[in-house]
Amino acid sequence: MSDSSKNSIAFVRTEVLPELPPPSNATGAVRWMRDNLFATPGNSVLTIAAILVIYIVLSATVPWMINGIWNSDSLSQCREILDGQSGACFAVLAERWNQLLFGFTYPKDIYWRPGLAFVLLFVAVAPVLFFDLPRKLLLFTAVYPFIAFYLIWGGSVMVPLVALAGFVAGAIVFLRLIKNSFAVSAFGALVAAIVVWYAGGFLIPEAEITEGAMRSIPSRDLGGFMLNMMLGVTCVSLSLPIGIALALGRQSSMPFIKMVCVVFIEFVRGVPLITLLFVASVMLSYFFPPEATVDLFLRVVIMITLFSAAYIAEVIRGGLAALPKGQYEAGDSLGLDYAQSMRLIILPQALKISIPGIVNVAVGLFKDTTLVSVISMFDLVGMIRGPILASTEWNGVYWELFLFAAVLFFVVCYGISQYSQWLERRLATDHR
Amino acid sequence: MTTLTDPPKSTFRVSQLIYDTRYRSLTFQVIAFILLSVAIGYLAKNLGANLRDQGLSISFGFLGVPAGYDINQRLIEYTSQSTNLRAAFVGILNTLLVAFLACATATVFGVVAGVLRLSNNWLVSKLMAFYVEIFRNIPVLIWIIIIFTIMTAVMPSPREFRGDDATASMFLGISAFTNRGIYIPMPYFENGFGGSVDWLIVIASLIGSFFATRFMSKRASAIQEATGVRPATLASNLAIWFVPLIVLSLVMGLTFEIPALKGFNFGGGIKVGGPLIAIWFALSIYTGAFIAENVRAGILAVSKGQTEAASALGLRPRRVMSLVILPQALRVIIPPLISNYLNITKNSSLAILVGYADVTATLGGITLNQTGRAIECVLLLMLFYLVVSLLISAVINVYNNAIKLKER
Repeated sequence: MSDSSKNSIAFVRTEVLPELPPPSNATGAVRWMRDNLFATPGNSVLTIAAILVIYIVLSATVPWMINGIWNSDSLSQCREILDGQSGACFAVLAERWNQLLFGFTYPKDIYWRPGLAFVLLFVAVAPVLFFDLPRKLLLFTAVYPFIAFYLIWGGSVMVPLVALAGFVAGAIVFLRLIKNSFAVSAFGALVAAIVVWYAGGFLIPEAEITEGAMRSIPSRDLGGFMLNMMLGVTCVSLSLPIGIALALGRQSSMPFIKMVCVVFIEFVRGVPLITLLFVASVMLSYFFPPEATVDLFLRVVIMITLFSAAYIAEVIRGGLAALPKGQYEAGDSLGLDYAQSMRLIILPQALKISIPGIVNVAVGLFKDTTLVSVISMFDLVGMIRGPILASTEWNGVYWELFLFAAVLFFVVCYGISQYSQWLERRLATDHR
Repeated sequence: MTTLTDPPKSTFRVSQLIYDTRYRSLTFQVIAFILLSVAIGYLAKNLGANLRDQGLSISFGFLGVPAGYDINQRLIEYTSQSTNLRAAFVGILNTLLVAFLACATATVFGVVAGVLRLSNNWLVSKLMAFYVEIFRNIPVLIWIIIIFTIMTAVMPSPREFRGDDATASMFLGISAFTNRGIYIPMPYFENGFGGSVDWLIVIASLIGSFFATRFMSKRASAIQEATGVRPATLASNLAIWFVPLIVLSLVMGLTFEIPALKGFNFGGGIKVGGPLIAIWFALSIYTGAFIAENVRAGILAVSKGQTEAASALGLRPRRVMSLVILPQALRVIIPPLISNYLNITKNSSLAILVGYADVTATLGGITLNQTGRAIECVLLLMLFYLVVSLLISAVINVYNNAIKLKER
C-alpha cells in the first residue's frame, strides 16, 4: 500500500475496545423473564393468566391463614374474636389435636404408647429404607411388629412373646432344613411355629388386664390418623409376601395354580376397595366359625391386605416379565432348583425393577385407608366428619379440618414418592 | 463300564412324585387343589352354620320386592313402589353416568395439564407440577368431601337470589349456582316431534356426519396416493359437521328453557344435583392429575430424533405432530389412560359418601340395610363392577393388539 492510501483513511483505532456489558434486556432477571415467561405472545398470555390464578388463590387464603385464631373454645367465640374479618379458626386443631391423631375413645393417659410405637416405627423402617445403615438394625425391624402390637393394644405381654417365639422357632427349623429342600423346610417351619403357638397358648393368662399403664385396649377404641398409619403400614407389609407369591403363581407353568392366581388377582382388581370393605363389615363374619368373634379392625386388615396384594402382584409380575430370559436359564444351568433360583437370582432383580410400582401401590393404599370411614370406623376423615363436625362447638369448621387432613396426607405421600425417586437413582446400576 | 442296552424299567416309586419333574408339578397341583377345596369347604361350612344359627338363607327374591325408598337422581322412571332390581338399575345408570362424565372431563384436565407441564413457560409448568403433586398426594375421598362442602356450604341458597337486594345473581343470567345444585338451561325443540324422537334425529345426524367425514378423508387419501396432492378437507369437514345441525335446529325450532326462581326454589332448566357435581368434579380433577403424568410421560417417550427425522424428510410441524409424534405418544398414553378410566369407574363408588344414588348407594347401601341381604347385595355389587372392569380390560387388550409393533 502506498502512503496516499494510508492518508485517505481518516482515523484508524489502534487499541482494542473494552468489552461492553450486554444490553440490560439480555442479561439477568430480565433475560430470564424474556426467555421463560414472555417468549411469545401466547406465552405472555399464559403467564398473565397464571399470575391471575395465583393472585386469586393467595388473596383468598393468605389473609385467612394469617388472621387464624389458635386460642378459642368454639367456632362462635372464634367469630367474635375475628369480628367479621376473614380468618381461620385453627383453634379446633389445637383443641381436638389428640382426637384427630388418636381417635376419641383411646384413653388419654396412655397416648404415650401409640406415640412411642410411632417413633419406633422410624427406627424399624430405617434399615429397610436406607441400606447404608448397619444390617444388625434389621433385628429390631423383625421384632418391631410385636413391640408395636404390645404398645398399642397392651394386655398381657405373653401374647406378642408367644407369637414371636413361634416365628423364631419356625425360622430356626427353616434354616436347619433349607439345605435339604425348600418345600420340606417351609413345611417344617410351619409345623414348628404352630406347635409353639399352640403350646404357648396355655401360658397366656385368661384374665384381661384392665388397670395400669399397659392395660389392654380393644380395637374399636383405635382411631384418628393413628388408624390410617396402622392400616397402611400393616397392610403394605403383609401384602408384600402375598403379592410375591401371587406373582410367582401367575408366572407358574402349573395350570391349576396359575388359574387360581389369575382369578384371584383379576377379581380383586376388578372391584372397588369399598365393596371389599363392605365384605369386611357385613359379610366376612359369616365365614368365620360361629363361636369366633373377629373384630372389625382385623377383618378390615384382611380385606385391605388381599386388595393390595393383588395390585403388588401385578407390579411384581411386570418386574418378572422385564427380566431377560437368560437370567432364568442361567439359574437352571447353575443347577439351582426353583426356590433357589428365584431367591438368589430372579427375585432380587425383579423386585428392584418393581420398586417404583410397589411404592405407587403403597401410596395409593395409604390414601385408600381413608375409605374405612365409610364403614363407620373413625379414622382421620371419619373423626372429622363424625364427632368433630357434629359437636356443637365446632359445627361449621370445615376448611381448617380438611386442610389439616390434606396436609398430613400430602406430607406422608409426597415424602414416600420422593424417597422412591431417590431409591431409583440409587439403584440405577445399569449404564446409561 | 456299563452299557445301556434297554431303557430303565418303568417301575413307579412314590418318591418319584416329588423328585421326578414329570410328576412333581402334578403332585403340587393336586396338593394345592386339595388345600383350596378344604379351605373353601371350611368357609362354606361356617357360612352354612352361621346362616342356620340366624335363620337366614341365600335367596335373590328380595330383588322383586318393592324397594320402598325414593331416589332423587334418576335417569329412568322410578318410584318408591318400584322393585329393588329397578333401584339397582337406577344406581347402575347413575354410576355409568358419573363415570362417563368424569372420564370426559378428566381427560380434558389431564391433557391440558400434561401438555402445559412441558411448556417452556416456567411459571405455567411449575403451576401444573404443583397441581399434579397436590392432587395426586391427597386422598380422593378428601377431595370429594371438600368439593361437596363447597357445593353445600359456600354456594348461595335459592333464597339469596330473591328480591331487589339479592346477594347472589345468576351466572350470565342463564345459570344458577345454588346449594341445592346447579341449574342450567334446558334445550328443547318447539316444533319437533316431541320427546326423545328429536334427540334421536340429532344423534342420527351426528353419526351421519361422522361417517361422511371419514369418507371424505379416505377420498382425500386416495387422491393423495394417486396424484401426490392432498385436497383441502377442513372446510368441507366443518360444513359436514355443522350445516345439518344448524338446519335441524332451525327447522325444529331449538329453544332453551332458562331456569327461573319459582317460590322457594328454582324451576325449569336442567338441575344438576350437588352430589353429582361433587363426585364428578372431584373424580375428574383427581384423576386428571394422574392422566397429566401419563400424557407427559407419553410425549417425553418419543425421542427427539423422531421430530428431527420427520423434519429432515420435509414434513411441516403440524404434519410432524399428527403423523410422527402423536401416533407414537398415543401408543404410550392410551393403555394407562384406559386404566385410569377404570379407576374412575371404581372410585365412583365413593359417591355413597355424599349421597349420590349410584349402585353402591342403592344396591349396596339402602337395599342392603332394608332387606338385610348382605351377602346377596355385596355379591351382586361386586359382579357389576367386575363385569365393567373386565369389559374395560378387554378394550385395553384389543387396543394393545391393534397397535402392537408389527415385526416381520
